[in-house]
Amino acid sequence: MSATFIGMPGNFPKNAEKAVQDSQLRFNLRKATHTIRDKRAEVVGELPDWGELRAAGKAIKDDVLHNLDRYLIQLEEAVTRAGGTVHWARDAAEANRIVTDLVKATGETEVVKVKSMATQEIGLNEALAAHGIAAYETDLAELIVQLGDDFPSHILVPAIHRNRSEIREIFLDKMPGVSRDLTDDPPALTEAARLHLRDRFLRSKVAISGANFMVAETGTLVVLESEGNGRMCLSLPETLISVVGIEKLLPSWRDLEVFLQLLPRSSTGERMNPYTSMWTGAVEGQEFHLVLLDNGRTDVLADEVGRQALRCIRCSACLNVCPVYERAGGHAYGSVYPGPIGAILTPQLRGMTTDLDASLPFASSLCGACYDVCPVAIDIPEVLVDLRAKAPHAAAERAAMKVAGWVLDDHERLATAQRAATRLRRFVPKKGLPGPMSAWTDTRDVPEIPEESFRDWWERAGRSASAEER
Amino acid sequence: MASGMSAREEILAKVRAAVAGAPTVEIPRGYRTRRQVDDLVGLFAERVGDYRAIVRVVPSAELGATIDACVHGRRMVVPDGFGRDGGWDDLDTADGVMTHCAVAIAETGTIVLDHGPGQGTRAQTLVPDYHLCVVLADQIVPGVPEAVERLDPSRPLTWISGPSATSDIELNRVEGVHGPRTLEVLIST
Ligand code: SF4
Repeated sequence: MSATFIGMPGNFPKNAEKAVQDSQLRFNLRKATHTIRDKRAEVVGELPDWGELRAAGKAIKDDVLHNLDRYLIQLEEAVTRAGGTVHWARDAAEANRIVTDLVKATGETEVVKVKSMATQEIGLNEALAAHGIAAYETDLAELIVQLGDDFPSHILVPAIHRNRSEIREIFLDKMPGVSRDLTDDPPALTEAARLHLRDRFLRSKVAISGANFMVAETGTLVVLESEGNGRMCLSLPETLISVVGIEKLLPSWRDLEVFLQLLPRSSTGERMNPYTSMWTGAVEGQEFHLVLLDNGRTDVLADEVGRQALRCIRCSACLNVCPVYERAGGHAYGSVYPGPIGAILTPQLRGMTTDLDASLPFASSLCGACYDVCPVAIDIPEVLVDLRAKAPHAAAERAAMKVAGWVLDDHERLATAQRAATRLRRFVPKKGLPGPMSAWTDTRDVPEIPEESFRDWWERAGRSASAEER
Repeated sequence: MASGMSAREEILAKVRAAVAGAPTVEIPRGYRTRRQVDDLVGLFAERVGDYRAIVRVVPSAELGATIDACVHGRRMVVPDGFGRDGGWDDLDTADGVMTHCAVAIAETGTIVLDHGPGQGTRAQTLVPDYHLCVVLADQIVPGVPEAVERLDPSRPLTWISGPSATSDIELNRVEGVHGPRTLEVLIST
């Protein structure tokens, strides 16, 4: 992928403009998010102890965060004992350098990759390319994104913004040796990808992955996937390099009993995803390197309100229920982490120094649906409100107006927004919000938010501000 | 941070500074760690079937004949310890692989391989297009917690729930991407 999110200009509402006006894209997004959302609700409803699993998941991750130093050291010892090598990277540049050097040491100029948000976050593919190393994405959606020289737009289904005929065009254009008779039937497109990657899997000597979980107690890494490209990359090549954020830990082996129930059901809406691979250190004669990545995470950890974002297990459930994501699409968030989680994670990881990052905490109607579905109970609205108070004002106000405009321009969203206003009662905002947003938090002394307040505010302040912005 | 600190020391120091004074967290484990399932074989078979895998319940006396019938004519990889002769050795030209498993989960319809005797290497269970897995009835546990408890983390583990699949194109589920396109599970009772 030559495209990278790093340094993307603009701000959230500006970036979303195209998506908002693209009715086909909005139809696709709506269909996709609603389909996954319904599947999730069904399989979550099957478990009588979902609430208890969620409470345990939240507490386990909080325990990880509060004792992260101890668990990292324990993990390092366990991985090392099992024949793996552990590397530490303060930031993207350091991680990229470590991985590049490891690949160079093998003498290889090609690597296969399993979908990994951490390596996208650090722009690893571009860094490798600069040293003459080609990185091949193997997840079908990532392959579509990479061949299309495009950005991922969803955590779980990164090519959600592409329809079948676009995918066919991309394959015909960019996939060497593909049959000209290729149809846009999904099984035919999938078969083309299978054939395209088959040889590459069998001959690649180096693979790069992320991980969903790392178990401190045992040194075990865990990758959940569907297609089998993960299994291919994790088990066939001679050298495996995994780049993993330091927050991805679980304290003990036993904790997997919680997360292997929470993640698949929240993510793909299945009782279990097709394949989960677990390995501890160097397995079956493989060479194994683990790169532990900070890249802003310790800064997030230092924020008492914001640190809960590090509990995230990247299930994408919050994207699928978000009325703003459904409208704006994933690209507008300008980062590998879209949707509600992106709106709180990206500004914290990168700091709110750009217009884009400062606008992200406003990419929400605060309806709270994201919190309800989050398997580790991250109170995303709470973090949003906290970040809004810290954001530079000008960008923030513009963004707020725009998002409010989309939310209010049809009935369903108006209803959502009204629910949001009511939900704000859950917060006792620590600081007042800037500018027009203060209308949302000036109610802090009022025990009940009147049902009409949001609409009133919009009538009073919103229309004029949004007209001026256009 | 002082320069000259290693990345490891610096990250650990930042972590310590960030969470200094953070409270101890009690982990509530009120979820089910033991479930009561009356018909484990039936539930497992139903849930595996939901993934569009092929499932058969076979009395142990008929297992050999059933495997023969499943395999007919396929070039099958037979891993060490499976207890059958005449396996096909070349992975690239094999049509399928037959394995046992370490544990199976009824509630999720999952089989878990720990790649011990009779279960093949990770590559052997991945490259061929057809996977025939023999599950002994007493290997089936009710839920995920019971399975995690039985497994040995020092072994490589592969959890399999149905055939390889993708929903990446307009969310249409397509079975068979890179892993075996056909999964057949024989439950030996
Ligand atoms: S914030 Fe919660 S719901 Fe959203 S991706 Fe992370 S874990 Fe899933």
